[in-house]
Amino acid sequence: MKTINHIKKVLLTLALLPLLAVASEGVNLDKAPIDMSDHGSLQRGARTFVNYCLNCHSANYMRYNRLLDIGLTEKQIKENLLLAGDKIGGTMKVAINKKDAAKWLGVAPPDLSVEVRARGADWVYTYMRGFYRDSTRPTGWNNTVFDKVGMPHVLYELQGEQVLDHDTHELKLAKPGRLSIEEYDTLVGDLTNFMAYMAEPVKQQRNQLGWFVLLFLGVLLVLTYKLKKAYWKDIH
Amino acid sequence: MSLFTKKTEELLGWVDARFPLTSNVKAHLTEYYAPKNFNFWYFFGSLALLVLVLQIVTGIFLTMHYKPEADLAFASVEYIMRDVPWGWLIRYMHSTGASLFFVVVYLHMFRGLLYGSYRNPRELIWLFGVGIFLALMGEAFFGYLLPWGQMSYWGAQVITSLFGTVPFIGPDIAEWLRGDYLTSDATLNRFFAFHVIALPLVILGLVAAHILALHEVGSNNPDGIEIKKLKDKKTGIPLDGIPFHPYYSVKDLVGVVVFLMVFAAIIFFAPDMGGYFLEANNFVPADPLVTPAHIAPTWYFTPYYSILRAVPPIGISQFPGVAAMGLSVVIFALLPWLDRSPVKSIRYKGNLYKAWLAAFVVSFLILGYLGTIPADTYGQFGAWLGKADIATVVARICSVVYFAFFFLMPWYSKKDKTKPVPERVTG
Amino acid sequence: MSDKQNDQHKADTQTGASYQPNLSAQVNLEKRNFLIATSAVGAIGCAVVAVPFVKSMTPSERAKAAGAPVEVDISKIAPGDMMVSEYRGQPLWVIHRTDEQIASLGNHNAQLIDPDLDVPQQPEYCKNKERAINPKYAVMLGTCTHLGCSPGQNFTVTPDWNGGFICACHGSKFDLSGRVFKGSPAPTNLVVPKHQYLTETTLLIGEDKESA
Repeated sequence: MKTINHIKKVLLTLALLPLLAVASEGVNLDKAPIDMSDHGSLQRGARTFVNYCLNCHSANYMRYNRLLDIGLTEKQIKENLLLAGDKIGGTMKVAINKKDAAKWLGVAPPDLSVEVRARGADWVYTYMRGFYRDSTRPTGWNNTVFDKVGMPHVLYELQGEQVLDHDTHELKLAKPGRLSIEEYDTLVGDLTNFMAYMAEPVKQQRNQLGWFVLLFLGVLLVLTYKLKKAYWKDIH
Repeated sequence: MSLFTKKTEELLGWVDARFPLTSNVKAHLTEYYAPKNFNFWYFFGSLALLVLVLQIVTGIFLTMHYKPEADLAFASVEYIMRDVPWGWLIRYMHSTGASLFFVVVYLHMFRGLLYGSYRNPRELIWLFGVGIFLALMGEAFFGYLLPWGQMSYWGAQVITSLFGTVPFIGPDIAEWLRGDYLTSDATLNRFFAFHVIALPLVILGLVAAHILALHEVGSNNPDGIEIKKLKDKKTGIPLDGIPFHPYYSVKDLVGVVVFLMVFAAIIFFAPDMGGYFLEANNFVPADPLVTPAHIAPTWYFTPYYSILRAVPPIGISQFPGVAAMGLSVVIFALLPWLDRSPVKSIRYKGNLYKAWLAAFVVSFLILGYLGTIPADTYGQFGAWLGKADIATVVARICSVVYFAFFFLMPWYSKKDKTKPVPERVTG
Repeated sequence: MSDKQNDQHKADTQTGASYQPNLSAQVNLEKRNFLIATSAVGAIGCAVVAVPFVKSMTPSERAKAAGAPVEVDISKIAPGDMMVSEYRGQPLWVIHRTDEQIASLGNHNAQLIDPDLDVPQQPEYCKNKERAINPKYAVMLGTCTHLGCSPGQNFTVTPDWNGGFICACHGSKFDLSGRVFKGSPAPTNLVVPKHQYLTETTLLIGEDKESA
């Protein structure tokens, strides 16, 4: 029995090893302020997304009426977010033609429905704050977490223009935009929060439901255990 | 109430005259005598059966909404996750179930290694089991292509390319498997057929054979003793045997609930499992023109993948690695004939065998870990070792241990100093 | 092993089977209670788990979006003509009836299966002679109530035909209000869906003022 216990311990330790080794890749990412229970933040993020991102990027799996879940009313969605001709039950499509876009920008802008699940929220948060002026790029912009990125800095009027100090690898604001640094970080934080929500709209509900399921199974565990004990009294 | 009982008995009699219902219930449940000393490791057989049922049920419901077509597959999975009522739950059950199937099966197999469950007279049970394991690997591989994400696509591309390394006929085999010059719509369509009908049928058949064979010879136990040797003189029931039902059915029920708690915790709180169950790159639709920077198979394949990478090519042929990987999986089938120990259970085996088993388990886990990372993660040795990748060297050492465990077993299992085995089961 | 130990061992091995069902009333009651409790809670669990699976087969968000109310512009239908649009995958007819056509509707009541609209094939507000909110415009689903074919239009007036629809599949006949004639295999009148006027020339099909 002792050996087995020993083996069990070794097994456990080794099973945990890979978990320690994940992450730690390349650039340092800033922690995105994700809070999916903050409907105000999600709503502001949705507005930024529709106003800025949705011009070129689609979110083909996201339905507008899903936004009812984050506290918006049908009227608000129709008046503030729906593009002309779109239906409330429709998905966040984009007018831009993928082939044209690829011609103009080098690559077609990817669909952003599940971008956060593919890249991680921290990546998106850092990326949207990582644009800097680079005259060697066709768009005039480069990015600290996505070198030689094809996308220009869409929010530069808000953030202003950053430059990269090539010695310290730090970004400096060379020309302020309409927003202060804090305001811009909040804006991008809200946007990232919304994109994280959009990547898996059911997440909040999933987590809440989980507790009920575990509670129920806990009760069932007590009962089955007692049942087993009652029967195994026979075994000597 | 007595009328009800009478009517039920009549109905049962009617059925029994036409179908062996009562006799089968007796043979496999109420009068199937299992050793009374099953421990923790004996939960995983019934759990594997439970996961199989869960996978089939959730799979059927996913099939109602999934589209096996290159242009639609990725979107149809997101459609299930968002638009289908409760589709997310069913999909997460299926994706989590796939990983937990391997967890349960690996623990079930390890139980076999611990207590010598593969040995005479249970060789066929073991062989059917290895068959299930192989079919399950196929099932997982085919199923993994279906979401049509980048990892799905490139995983399938790499694995089908492995067949291309077979000397002479390889390239033709790879092309035949894909039905195209590269992984494409045709590949997706046939993988779907294999995943939803062909392999499930094979697995169900093998599971039936596995259980029938088990019930023919009776279960092994942590002492590795044949309980059928000592029977009650009057009843003919093994002295250390207890009816599977109700004793083990109520005991397995506890295991089932604990399993379901783990299952639910993953589904509701960490369905990605930090990228091990659902990989981030698989949320990018398949793109035949862009290969992701780092491709690794899902975690349950990584030990074998590590062996593949560890074996150096001969000339330009990658075939040795592929052959070693294939061997590392099928070699489990030889165990009944490699183990020459006079005892079955680890409890009565000596330190030599225990040391080898421990070395094997550690190697297996290290190989599994190394398979998840790029080979250059840990940098290189200096010139004195030809600047070899540290990870590759470790993988090579572990691969040697892995195979040595099997190939040297006839020798060390015989030489091992075993302890005397009691006549009756203990604790 | 010495002989003595061996004998002792043999004696041990001959002591009956391992399990002796304990038949005392107390133990049996305990088994019974936990059996009932576990079965009951387990059954509830199974029933609850079945719900998501059953629900997953109901119309998805996409299907609901496709089946959402549709707006129809009826300004361009010439009097005496009709337009075919689509609602939930079925042909939706809007017929712009002339005054003569409206007047003729009352002439053949005796030949109809359900002239008084007793079968609820229309919303309450369309339970009138014209089966319409605005008598000029008849709105109905162009799906035969017999076996689901779409009847063809036949607006040419003859001495014994005031204009209407004839189903090519099995010959069911309907008038310009979608009411079915006797002798048709179709059992009921055509369906008038819920609808409302958003403006004088814009209809919203699938939603009326009561349900909105």
